[in-house]
Amino acid sequence: MLTPADEKELSEIVAGATGPLRVKGGGTRAIGRAIVGEVVSVAGLRGVELYKPGALTIVARAGTPLAEVEAVLAAEGQRLPFEPMDHRVLLGTKGEPSIGGVVAANVSGPRRIQAGAARDSLIGLRFVDGRGTVIKNGGRVMKNVTGYDLVKLMAGSWGTLGILSEVAFKVLPAPAAAACLSLTGLSHDRAVAAMSAALGSPFEVNGAAHLPQTGQTLLRIEGFATSVAYRAERLADLLAPFGPAAVNHDGAAVAAIWRDLRDVAGFAGRTGDVWRLSVKPSDAPALAARIGGEVIFDLGGGLIWALVAEGTDLRARLGDFAGHATLIRADAATRARIASFQPEPAPLAAIAARLRAQFDPRGILNPGLMTG
Amino acid sequence: MEMPAPDARILSRKSRIVARLAAALPKAAVIHDEAELRAYECDALTAYRCPPLAVVLPASTEEVAAALKICHEEGVPVVPRGSGTSLAGGALPTADSVILGVARMTQVLETDYENRFIRVQTGRTNLSVTGAVEQEDFFYAPDPSSQLACAIAGNIAMNSGGAHCLKYGVTTNNLLGVTMVTMAGEVLEIGGAHLDAGGYDLLGVICGSEGQLGVVTEATLRILRKPEGARPVLIGYDSSEVAGACVSDIIKAGILPVAIEFMDRPCIEATEAFAKAGYPMCEALLIVEVEGSPAEIDEQLALIKQIAQAHNPVELREAQSEDEAKRIWLGRKSAFGAMGQINDYMCLDGTIPVSSLPYVLKRIGEMSKEYGLGVANVFHAGDGNMHPLILFDANKQGDLELCEAFGADILKLCVEVGGCLTGEHGVGIEKRDLMSVQFAPEDLEAQMRVKDVFDPDWLLNPAKVFPLATSQARRDGDIAA
Repeated sequence: MLTPADEKELSEIVAGATGPLRVKGGGTRAIGRAIVGEVVSVAGLRGVELYKPGALTIVARAGTPLAEVEAVLAAEGQRLPFEPMDHRVLLGTKGEPSIGGVVAANVSGPRRIQAGAARDSLIGLRFVDGRGTVIKNGGRVMKNVTGYDLVKLMAGSWGTLGILSEVAFKVLPAPAAAACLSLTGLSHDRAVAAMSAALGSPFEVNGAAHLPQTGQTLLRIEGFATSVAYRAERLADLLAPFGPAAVNHDGAAVAAIWRDLRDVAGFAGRTGDVWRLSVKPSDAPALAARIGGEVIFDLGGGLIWALVAEGTDLRARLGDFAGHATLIRADAATRARIASFQPEPAPLAAIAARLRAQFDPRGILNPGLMTG
Repeated sequence: MEMPAPDARILSRKSRIVARLAAALPKAAVIHDEAELRAYECDALTAYRCPPLAVVLPASTEEVAAALKICHEEGVPVVPRGSGTSLAGGALPTADSVILGVARMTQVLETDYENRFIRVQTGRTNLSVTGAVEQEDFFYAPDPSSQLACAIAGNIAMNSGGAHCLKYGVTTNNLLGVTMVTMAGEVLEIGGAHLDAGGYDLLGVICGSEGQLGVVTEATLRILRKPEGARPVLIGYDSSEVAGACVSDIIKAGILPVAIEFMDRPCIEATEAFAKAGYPMCEALLIVEVEGSPAEIDEQLALIKQIAQAHNPVELREAQSEDEAKRIWLGRKSAFGAMGQINDYMCLDGTIPVSSLPYVLKRIGEMSKEYGLGVANVFHAGDGNMHPLILFDANKQGDLELCEAFGADILKLCVEVGGCLTGEHGVGIEKRDLMSVQFAPEDLEAQMRVKDVFDPDWLLNPAKVFPLATSQARRDGDIAA
């Protein structure tokens, strides 16, 4: 394993590479086809370089553990807005998630519905492309339209266009209080309708999930204590047609509920493959019926987590639908047989291939990860 | 500001090109009469003008594809145009280019409150997107100050912001999907009502690409429920340094106002003379607005006032009624108009880290003296997006050039303190030649490679964004993409 100590060494390694490289952050998100290649770890690129609480901005080297970034922010009462999922719970992986890995996989959590994904908070980055060239884009200010937004292009590119060396985020104040409303016994249809009503209310709901396993539909509100109390009450009134809402105001308990939702703890340690489907929320109930396995709805129905029998080709089962499906957890044989990432329509696949050819002309960065 | 010389081979084929476009599009959709072309010779950066070869105004994605296919086959550059409100010259044509305007494409295609999106043709104006959903108490969040006139197409091209993006983000954070036609006439569907891309985030790179990657004809936009209410507070300080410290303390206290606006003394004076909003005469004025129910607003404003008091304001005024709230916003909203009454002005929009505000304002003041040109500052203080307005006299020989040199120095200063050249207006031609101040050659090369992917012949809006010398080989076709 190659572990460059800084960006310059990283760039020299890539420039001098003679074969494929497998890019490693914290190593906790073993998703996609297994890549054969020499491992390049960014663990040596570590540390928060700049943090300005008054400007809501933080810059960290890509190998910095996510936990370190979160601790630095928490000390000033701030946080990453997008609530990144910890894949160790679902995948049973070991190690420390890195902030670069979070960006490379564009990882977010339940708050994505209101605060956006990792890509929405990401305001700048530096990376080493497949030639070994160091490239910067964006910066450390939250409004920036200077040149093309390669920041977004790199977020979620899984190390196939370049290896991240530094990332910068817009952060937000952490709320003083939180509440969780729960409705019970709703069908998939009614649950999505309830979540749509909540998300279409002025009460700034920032979590909306449905767990058929427990029969609960959960809604989260965060903010100042009096505000949370007021909004929870008004939201319960609004949702009265869906039945009485139990309101939990215990901050620690609310945090635990949403941490489990974020990490899909409900499917952890269970037999079966796990898929992640991004869909139009109102399509979710019909899709859930076609999935034929257990589901969890997050993002108001816009995200379906599905637990299906091992080896199931869920895309083949579902046929055409608006959105995309990613195979998140399966054994190596299944991941070798079924594309983990949704195959794209030909015109978009051609653009993706040309982008790879431009940024990684030798095809050495995580080759085939997103296409196989 | 230099533009590439028109290609004589294209000019000589004007009648053939126009005839082909006219055969493919409805008669009224093709403009080639010299008098009529004048209307398209510039955008809101009026210092630079050049009538195009022709203008096409298609009414559908299919017509856009047909027009682009012809231009591609003929090797004619195409300059996409929304409403022509660009302050950066994003829609400035060259004599050998065809302007492709989306102004006739204004339909709402789908409104979906359950899934919280609207799908529109991109010629629709920003404000009329909100207009289409406000009967249900929804709105479209990005609110550039030209929102009455500017088109969604231009908002996407420039990744437009507005006064409320501290809370709601900019265009890219509110864009879910696009229908885009490439220069070759291929129609791409990217994204949709679902969240996040399956593959690479093409939507993210298209937004803000200044019409250089494709022509976006339809857009799926996120809509939000309106807050229960909003209320501003006005705070005056006798130094910009203290105002900057106040902004930082508000943010550090865990409050996220929907807007924090800043005005300096020259700006206050001009707007008072023009709009008579009753602003105090001081060095720095903040307008801070929060949202929620009346009780929630009371709670947040109490905290903000407590923080503001700690910095000894010369004025602290909370709106007690809808009317007073309007008056507080009146001056800010008429700032640009007020400056226009006094002088010609150039408006920049460099962004800086908020902590650098006092230093940057001090330097701008010093440079103002050196150049002998007045400058007023309006500023989205929460996100560091400055708007220095440099005053000049367009009728005075050399004043425009002096103003541009001053502007370039301000933008270099923004980059020097860790900021950027443009926060929401875009690069266009205005900041094109300053790009090498912010970016190393390899940074620009990486961006140009993305254009190579979408538009290998460099026919779409080719003379924008990248310094002319940097993009020359590609524009001349010397680099095979």
